[in-house]
Amino acid sequence: MLRDITIGQYYPANSVIHRLDPRVKLMGVLSFVVSLFVFRGLAGFVSVTLALVLIIHLSKVPFDYMVRGLKPIVVILIITVIFNLFLTPGEPLVEFWKLRITWEGLEHAILMTIRLIYLILGSSVLTLTTTPNQLTDGMEQALKPLNKIHVPVHEISMMMSIALRFIPILIEETDKIMKAQLARGADFESGNLIKKAKSMVPLLVPLFVSAFRRANDLALAMEARCYRGGDGRTKMKPLKYCRRDMVAYVIIGAYFMAVVLLRMFLYFGR
Amino acid sequence: MSIILDKVNYIYSENTAYEIQALKNINLKIEDGEFIGLIGHTGSGKSTLIQHLNGLMHATYGGIYYNGQDIYDEDYNRKELRSKVGLVFQYPEHQLFETTIFADVAFGPRNQGLSKKEAELKAFTALRSVGLKENDWYRSPFELSGGQKRRAAIAGVLAMEPEVLVLDEPTAGLDPKGRDEILDQVAKLHMERNMTIILVSHSMEDVAKYVERLIVMNQGSILFDGTPREVFAHYQELEAVGLAAPQVTYLMHELRKRGIPVEGVATTLEEAKIAILQAFEKK
Amino acid sequence: MNFIEARKLVHEYIRRDEEGNVESILTAVDQVDLDVKQGEFVAILGHNGSGKSTLAKHLNVLLKASGGSLWVDGKDTQDGDNLWDIRQNTGMVFQNPDNQIIASVVEEDVAFGPENIGVPTSEIWNRVEKSLKSVGMIQYREHSPNKLSGGQKQRIAIAGVMAMEPKCIVLDEPTAMLDPNGRFEVLDAVTQLNKEKNVTVILITHYMEEVIRADRVYVMDNGKVVMQGTPRSIFSQVDVLKSYRLDVPQVTLLAHELRKSGLPISEGILTRQELAEALCQLY
Repeated sequence: MLRDITIGQYYPANSVIHRLDPRVKLMGVLSFVVSLFVFRGLAGFVSVTLALVLIIHLSKVPFDYMVRGLKPIVVILIITVIFNLFLTPGEPLVEFWKLRITWEGLEHAILMTIRLIYLILGSSVLTLTTTPNQLTDGMEQALKPLNKIHVPVHEISMMMSIALRFIPILIEETDKIMKAQLARGADFESGNLIKKAKSMVPLLVPLFVSAFRRANDLALAMEARCYRGGDGRTKMKPLKYCRRDMVAYVIIGAYFMAVVLLRMFLYFGR
Repeated sequence: MSIILDKVNYIYSENTAYEIQALKNINLKIEDGEFIGLIGHTGSGKSTLIQHLNGLMHATYGGIYYNGQDIYDEDYNRKELRSKVGLVFQYPEHQLFETTIFADVAFGPRNQGLSKKEAELKAFTALRSVGLKENDWYRSPFELSGGQKRRAAIAGVLAMEPEVLVLDEPTAGLDPKGRDEILDQVAKLHMERNMTIILVSHSMEDVAKYVERLIVMNQGSILFDGTPREVFAHYQELEAVGLAAPQVTYLMHELRKRGIPVEGVATTLEEAKIAILQAFEKK
Repeated sequence: MNFIEARKLVHEYIRRDEEGNVESILTAVDQVDLDVKQGEFVAILGHNGSGKSTLAKHLNVLLKASGGSLWVDGKDTQDGDNLWDIRQNTGMVFQNPDNQIIASVVEEDVAFGPENIGVPTSEIWNRVEKSLKSVGMIQYREHSPNKLSGGQKQRIAIAGVMAMEPKCIVLDEPTAMLDPNGRFEVLDAVTQLNKEKNVTVILITHYMEEVIRADRVYVMDNGKVVMQGTPRSIFSQVDVLKSYRLDVPQVTLLAHELRKSGLPISEGILTRQELAEALCQLY
């Protein structure tokens, strides 16, 4: 189950999307997410879908690989659907016992499902085509203005990239400790909530100890390699806009405008 | 009393692009009281295999029988199996979590449903048997040296009084003295209690010195299974899969090639010494 | 002046209770004299807790001495102004391969050091390529470190240090967590750097087999340097080494045993070829 999570994992390939500047991609994802909540009507739906399909196609990431990233959110999806189906007031569609499904509920449920799925797919294009380092670099650059109000932008982005590197290691470690405690007869499943929480102690304590040990080692290793904060640092892969990034910005802008205009047009059209 | 593995296969992520077959048709019979060495390079399937022995991993295909009983049977008590086949993972000291060594060692017996007193009694015996000094028992794991922590962790498994003890590289990262101490303790458990021991190791010298039977794994299959002497006679095949024989085994071949008629396949220092001295006497 | 010169170097770990009163003092490094010439391959041997890692951390000024003096590359380590200069010139590789790789892509990790010291971008690319080639890992430059073997990860760590173009590289038990193949990989990479690029190497280990390649060996016990000399002279004192919780390679031990049994073999045999040669001459 844990190895199915594709969010936050890089998928190496040589595509236009991979080569884009991370700042462009961040902007693109932001626009896409906003457009998901802005679009209206069939025309809006078609343009959002087209944009997503086109981008996935361009990214050269296999579609089924992306879809697997949806697995962890299935539960959230189902809950959303249920809430929307049953709790939206309006014109009844079916009624049984005390439950009632309305037309509006059905519409909301479908819309929310689409939004959530597209949201995950859209943002996983970002993480799948951008190395974590590029991603944090992009954020660092994009958030640089915040430095002026004393937000430690470099430190935050360094923390994020280290966290991304250690997540798989800690997941593996959790699995290992869990197995080791199971071998000593630990029981992580049965019992009530309190008993369950208590049974996590043999898992959590070693995990924390290990995380601290790793953090300590890593700090030492970074210091040994002359790390001393962001000042005076150069970059192996500095972010530099080139022509395709500019083109991409224009396309993103055009897309965003199109969705907004469509909505306004449809809104006034009603 | 035995463990039988019948055509055991284990496949990670079956039917996906990431499918990896970690175990291929493993047939194995482990008799009561054996001292077995399990070798193979990283990724050969040793770790996967040993996790099958106590039921932590479930074979994709095939069956495992503990003392004649099918451990995959619905009625079979697999939790009890885990205390019968004690498994000590690599770097077991990383799993210590209690405030004192003693409490940690008592964790296993407590899980077996024993009373506090009984569990403590078992912890007491286990700590004794790994040779940890009594004034260290009530200290925090953080205050002990690496070797001491390792022994405490092994005691944590021993306290459940397993019939079979499986150790995954119990000496990794320890200095030579610490290495010998741990292995001597394990050998003692085997001798004194006739406990079945399965020792996973990367050190050919260590397995040659201690074990009676050696199983070599390569790419998920069993490549050789025999006495160390039998297995190390195949030193060339071992090299082909990235393993080696003990240094002295090579020395004996070298000496024969150069015309000193040393006899037999020596796998330990003692054997080599005797063979060389004999060759010199006969001269 | 030697590249590294320590005179009566002392490091004390002082433990204080909550009020700041001294509870205990542990002298981890005790009056150590150390001299390493530029281009030398020096090994520091010692059991766990002998103070060898503490000593190593001084060479890169990760720790500051409590007493005595230490000069690295003609610079006083006590002078704070020299800190970054020294760290750049003496790189350090640690034990756990996972805990010293910072980036999620191999080449970006190798670039981390040069980035920190402000090397211009195009030069970083040159250095990354050169150092990955020097450890034989260039084909993995775009891989994630998570999927590499331990030996490969350690070679990445070495490349990361080499990219800072240091004069000296200190390896603190770099092979303790590796399997035998990984150990060879790492040692070969290190030996090659020493021979071809004339990088000074200081290897801290408790594996005796690794020490054979060194020009000189220091043995530490209880924070003190208790033996020093060529590997041959060190290994000819089998019984002394054992008293320091250490061991000698199996063939050295065999030679020692044969000598005790009356065969006039010289002390300090290091490899099985040497032993075979010596036996052939006697036969």
